[in-house]
Amino acid sequence: MCGIVGLFLKDSRLEPQLGQLLSDMLITMTDRGPDSAGIAIYGPATEGRAKVTIQSAKPAVDFADLERDLADAGLPARVTVKSTHAVIAVAAARLADVRSVLASIRPHVRIMGAGDSVEIYKEVGLPKDVVARFDLRSMSGTHGIGHTRMATESAVTTLGAHPFSTGSDQCLVHNGSLSNHNNLRRELIREGMAFETQNDTEVAAAYLTAEMAKGKDLGEALTTALDDLDGFFTFVVGTKSGFGVVRDPIACKPAVMAETDQYVAFGSEYRALVNLPGIEDARVWEPEPATVYFWDHEKAA
Amino acid sequence: MDASVKRESLEATRVFDLASTPLRELNSALHAIGPGANDTNFEVVNPRGSHAVAVGIDQPVSVDVRGSVGYYCAGMNDGGTVTVHGSAGPGVAENMMSGTVVIEGDASQYAGATGRGGLLVIKGNAASRCGISMKGIDIVVQGNIGHMSAFMGQSGHLVVLGDAGDALGDSLYEAKLFVRGKVKSLGADCIEKEMRPEHLQKLGELLDRAGVKNVRPEEFKRYGSARKLYNFNIDNADAY
Repeated sequence: MCGIVGLFLKDSRLEPQLGQLLSDMLITMTDRGPDSAGIAIYGPATEGRAKVTIQSAKPAVDFADLERDLADAGLPARVTVKSTHAVIAVAAARLADVRSVLASIRPHVRIMGAGDSVEIYKEVGLPKDVVARFDLRSMSGTHGIGHTRMATESAVTTLGAHPFSTGSDQCLVHNGSLSNHNNLRRELIREGMAFETQNDTEVAAAYLTAEMAKGKDLGEALTTALDDLDGFFTFVVGTKSGFGVVRDPIACKPAVMAETDQYVAFGSEYRALVNLPGIEDARVWEPEPATVYFWDHEKAA
Repeated sequence: MDASVKRESLEATRVFDLASTPLRELNSALHAIGPGANDTNFEVVNPRGSHAVAVGIDQPVSVDVRGSVGYYCAGMNDGGTVTVHGSAGPGVAENMMSGTVVIEGDASQYAGATGRGGLLVIKGNAASRCGISMKGIDIVVQGNIGHMSAFMGQSGHLVVLGDAGDALGDSLYEAKLFVRGKVKSLGADCIEKEMRPEHLQKLGELLDRAGVKNVRPEEFKRYGSARKLYNFNIDNADAY
């Protein structure tokens, strides 16, 4: 059992409240999984700039003078520290260099995610503590997803927490368990994907990243996931401008969606949605099994 | 206070606001009702998707829930009348023994699972596994139902005014299924059966009890067990 939430804003006036709304949704789901929690927020992108969210077990050591050390390594960057995480903002053209520079100057930090707009914060502990630690309520953005975990198949660690990000501005949260993840991981490694954990969900995220790298959009990648992934899943997925939901054909993992003129929201349970503005008049429904739901800011515009 | 006023106050509806009152107080109050009690009208406001609202009722109380509920609402109901003025999460009226549960909106998966008696009316749609392992409950769904509904249903009736999803009535025993719309597919050992006068009469009675108007029993098809999988037979291995 896990709790997952997602919120995709259609009305830009709600963007300053995204962190607040998503945090409340996630905290309501605490009793579905108290092991660890995480949130990915798609914030405002700055033209020509990209960012990398990193995590450290020893933030006081790793994040001290990081900005200066990056500059010394030839990578001008702005570093914003939030507890065990830090966001490194660089020129978009230098994004690919961040990983290699960090590997040499800060070998122990872990990369949570990277892209033009996504920031990912996840740690072991209760959602309310994770929300407070990273001041997630103050974050604004266009869409975001969150997860509170009850681990069933791999270790309770920061890296085992969701969301998983395996591609630029992509992330995924999962309620369920996959049964063919070991085989699929081997195939994806052969295709050049890298993995950080033994977690099944990371394989699902990497699968979607690999499929989108072949030219599929998120909706198309989710459609082929129904054939290629075996097991139980309700996925909520984010891309830079898109937001998708899919459930396996058996659909025993719960899911509720709500849509108004202002937003599309996802919750493992209706409880997660009750504080959203205008929920009384929202269209509320249970997503169908083996059916891809997909929204995109760019395609809608 | 004269007698009539006193009587009225005794029968007044007791309101539980779940925004300020713990769920356990509501359920304890419902369980404290004894036989022949007068104060049997309850109203629940701000349920906000709470789990286990009004479970374990064993007296003929009446509960109106103003809003949507989460898992297991009205579970094990024995004689009560529970109306949810909203939608219900998974497992509504699970293992109902008797009484009536009405959902004005939609119901999530396994509505009425393992129910032994009583009537469950869902005015919207029901999701997957509606009436799974039903054992005597009558379920009337005014919208559609999802896949694997009435799986291993042993007795009782499932009436669907809309369409049914995949694998309806898989491994069915003696539950009787009536569907007015399309059936996406039938499960193993479930077949369409002849609608005889006694079935039309029973269906009419169920529609009447569920308050369904302007729908005739003749518009439905009946589905039931082919009775080939009751006992293991190696020749049927492919069907299991």
